[in-house]
Amino acid sequence: MNKDRFFFDHYGLTHNDLQRYLAAALSAGGEYADLYFEYLSSTSLMVDESMVKSASQGISAGCGVRVVAGERTGYAYTDDLSPARILHAARTAALIASGPAKTPIVGTQEHAARSLYPVTLPSVDAELTAKVEVVMRADAAARGFDSRIKEVRASYADELRNILVVGSDGTFAEDSQPLARMNVSCIAKSDSVSGRGSAGGGGRVALDFFFGEKTPEYFAKEAARQAILQLDAREAPAGEMEVVLGPGWPGVLLHEAVGHGLEADFNRKKTSAFAGLVGKRVASEKCTVVDNGTMPWRRGSLNVDDEGQPTQETVLIERGILKGYLSDKLSSKLMGLADTGNGRRESYEHIPMPRMTNTYMLPGTDDPQDIIRSVKNGIYAVNFGGGQVDITNGKFVFSASEAYMIEDGRITAPIRGATLIGNGPDVLTRVSMVGNDLKLDEGVGTCGKDGQAVPVGVGIPTIKVDRLTVGGTAKKDAGAFMQ
Amino acid sequence: MGIKNLFMSNTTLETPKIQTDLKEIAADVVRRAMQGGATAAEAVVREGDEFSTVVRLGQVETLKEAGSRAIGVRVFSGKRAASTYSSDFSAESLDRMVKSALELSKLTSEDPFGGIPEPSQLGALNGDLDLYHEDVYSLPGPERIEYARRAEKAALDVDPRIKNSEGGSFDAATGRKVLANSHGFVGEYRRSYCSVAAVPIAQSDEGAMQRDYWFSVARSFGRLDTPEKVGKIAAERTLRRLGARKVKTAHVPVVFDPLVAASILEHIFEGVNGDSVYRGASFLAGKLGQKIAGDNLTVIDDGTLVGGFGTSPFDGEGIPTRRTLVIDNGVLKSYLLNTYTAKKLGLQTTGNASRGLAGTPGIGPGNYFLQPGTKSPKEIMGSIKEGLYVTEFLGHGVNLVTGDYSRGASGLWISGGELTFPVEEITVAGNLKDMFFNISEVGNDLEFRGAIASPTIRIDGLTVGGE
Repeated sequence: MNKDRFFFDHYGLTHNDLQRYLAAALSAGGEYADLYFEYLSSTSLMVDESMVKSASQGISAGCGVRVVAGERTGYAYTDDLSPARILHAARTAALIASGPAKTPIVGTQEHAARSLYPVTLPSVDAELTAKVEVVMRADAAARGFDSRIKEVRASYADELRNILVVGSDGTFAEDSQPLARMNVSCIAKSDSVSGRGSAGGGGRVALDFFFGEKTPEYFAKEAARQAILQLDAREAPAGEMEVVLGPGWPGVLLHEAVGHGLEADFNRKKTSAFAGLVGKRVASEKCTVVDNGTMPWRRGSLNVDDEGQPTQETVLIERGILKGYLSDKLSSKLMGLADTGNGRRESYEHIPMPRMTNTYMLPGTDDPQDIIRSVKNGIYAVNFGGGQVDITNGKFVFSASEAYMIEDGRITAPIRGATLIGNGPDVLTRVSMVGNDLKLDEGVGTCGKDGQAVPVGVGIPTIKVDRLTVGGTAKKDAGAFMQ
Repeated sequence: MGIKNLFMSNTTLETPKIQTDLKEIAADVVRRAMQGGATAAEAVVREGDEFSTVVRLGQVETLKEAGSRAIGVRVFSGKRAASTYSSDFSAESLDRMVKSALELSKLTSEDPFGGIPEPSQLGALNGDLDLYHEDVYSLPGPERIEYARRAEKAALDVDPRIKNSEGGSFDAATGRKVLANSHGFVGEYRRSYCSVAAVPIAQSDEGAMQRDYWFSVARSFGRLDTPEKVGKIAAERTLRRLGARKVKTAHVPVVFDPLVAASILEHIFEGVNGDSVYRGASFLAGKLGQKIAGDNLTVIDDGTLVGGFGTSPFDGEGIPTRRTLVIDNGVLKSYLLNTYTAKKLGLQTTGNASRGLAGTPGIGPGNYFLQPGTKSPKEIMGSIKEGLYVTEFLGHGVNLVTGDYSRGASGLWISGGELTFPVEEITVAGNLKDMFFNISEVGNDLEFRGAIASPTIRIDGLTVGGE
């Protein structure tokens, strides 16, 4: 099967149909209309108590029709791909505009095909057996790591999303987007103390990825190690201090502190704490931050975004200076900016908006060991749960799940989970050291915005933030005790 | 806005008006599964439609209207289970869905505790539970937009410092759920919902911005607050945040407003969730009959409340919903369970099964709440010399295995029993094991704005992290 013909082959769709649907969408005026066809098939497996307790497969398909008139967007969707239902959706979305009908152009702007994730899919049966093997191996490896590992849950989930985007401006793009991920979570117990650990990874890959370098054992041992470590964790400190972030997933700092605030929709509406700061210093000289949707196999990558625009590498912050925003079609048009290919949506049921892809900081020149040695009293945080940001006042959090005290330049005891909180527009100005060890995360991030979840990637080298508030419980001084 | 490294499930929105009898379709899918060799089967159908509009700075920003439906089947081949789902209701597709489920079930493990409920357990509450009102769509299109516009305008009109807005919105939705299983159970119910909200942005003279929100949600349009009331409250909540600052790290009493107090109730829910309990993933596992909180804490889950946001005639497995006393004056009386977790723990299901389209049933709340006390929020704050009133949390820094609790927060500082100045960029940290015992006050202001609700509470012994 030719992936580029998916909807034409499966649903008998013709270019003539597309022209009709777009014409209906623009029947009441409107400057732009697009159709987003989606066919998503997914599989998931879960092992718990060393048993494969759950196996599930499903298919969802539909078409979303969008009509844009100025700053207004009309949207309707259907999960029935018959012409009558798509036309009905198109006419519903059309009502956002009021004016004479427009005539769309079709199929003139097909972009050169790119292939960032060319997976080949083995037969379904062979694959299912292998998927079961993957979760069972993870379970065995986690249990074998340490006798104190008492509970293990391992899951595997993958999907293949076929999309077709057709716009009244001539946009025509098709893509076949794989996404696979495995996750292992462990509970460790010793006497009266418990600990929890989880690890996982994947990307726009197929099952074979987990038979290469990143095996089920790799993730299982990592989850088990974290759970065991927590058994000996002591109270985390509370208050402002020096914070060293390890490489990789701690890049979630960038996603929350600056990434969301630089999405163009918030800046067009001037609701972001970063509005009007382009050209201004928002980080130290050592910081260069990019969003890059073109990295092969990465979870946040896309050949084309969900508006049919090829993704790209976009510099957000260059040597501390804010360079620009992440935009989609609507924002770029209204703001007079280039479209950076960041228009994304969760599914055909959702309106696209500017979203991140893979967001990371470029490496610096500092030796990670020197960074740790430079800290007198602070924490070293290497693994995080998730984070959140209030883009309007700029406050963001991210929660450390694995962290250690640094005392006199040495990593000492592990500490309990703690949330770190800061202010997006100035936290990076306090980055005084940037390591030479850039690492991307393992491929586990899911970003939520306006109720829409999309897969993303983050990355960062080891960095030192001179001052950040750590939300632990340990009393620094008794004087502040008021009850 | 946020990121999680947990797999978030795709929320399937519910669907359009289709004349076909969904109960018949569900029963037919169960029949096909049994004919194909299943020893037990269960089918679920979800159908719904939605309308939403956002008006920003007086202009329509988005208008969305759609419907969808989907079907899922869970089959058992002896003690092995699997599930499949589809949004395509053609006979061919349903056939393929059932076959795939049967095939998939050959790959899973034999689980002695697996299975659907016993026939004697199945059933549904009788009578009108007041869950569905057609009037959520009673407003003509232009007036729905007007509703959103009025909510935003009311907020913008409160004070000249409200200079911007994420908009006013009006949403409506109706949904239908059908469940059928191989014991002959076939049940169906409909629910409706509508809401109006405003998200104003205030700016101080120095240029710093703050955003907050307010909303009204109801199962019937007639019970919705006026857009004017919603907009005004949203503006007041936003204005009081202007000029927020950090405070020094301190150990002070913390008062949780009802919306954030509900999050503490959620942590208790996760802690008594049978799935966490049987795996020992909750620090409340094995504590049945023991004191886990102060005497003033009584927590109830009640899926039967007429008109409630968490009400349904039967749960995700076809068990009638019920009222369960979870915590009685600080003593843990019951976990919340579905059929599987009840069997694992040697207990009876509490009718809390929640069923998505795919996978095994989870556990969800009915109307789950903390029994209110007698003091007003004002009285609770009146006795505090220095303290924190939290109105918003940021992030998810809670670990149910260890009880470790650390979250970003903002709110207002309490001094001399009064709310004084706004605070932000601080953390609130402790351990849930202690926190449940340290809830020293429970307010009288319980109001349901969702399935989980709490009155104002005061918790002592927490660390407020700042400068």
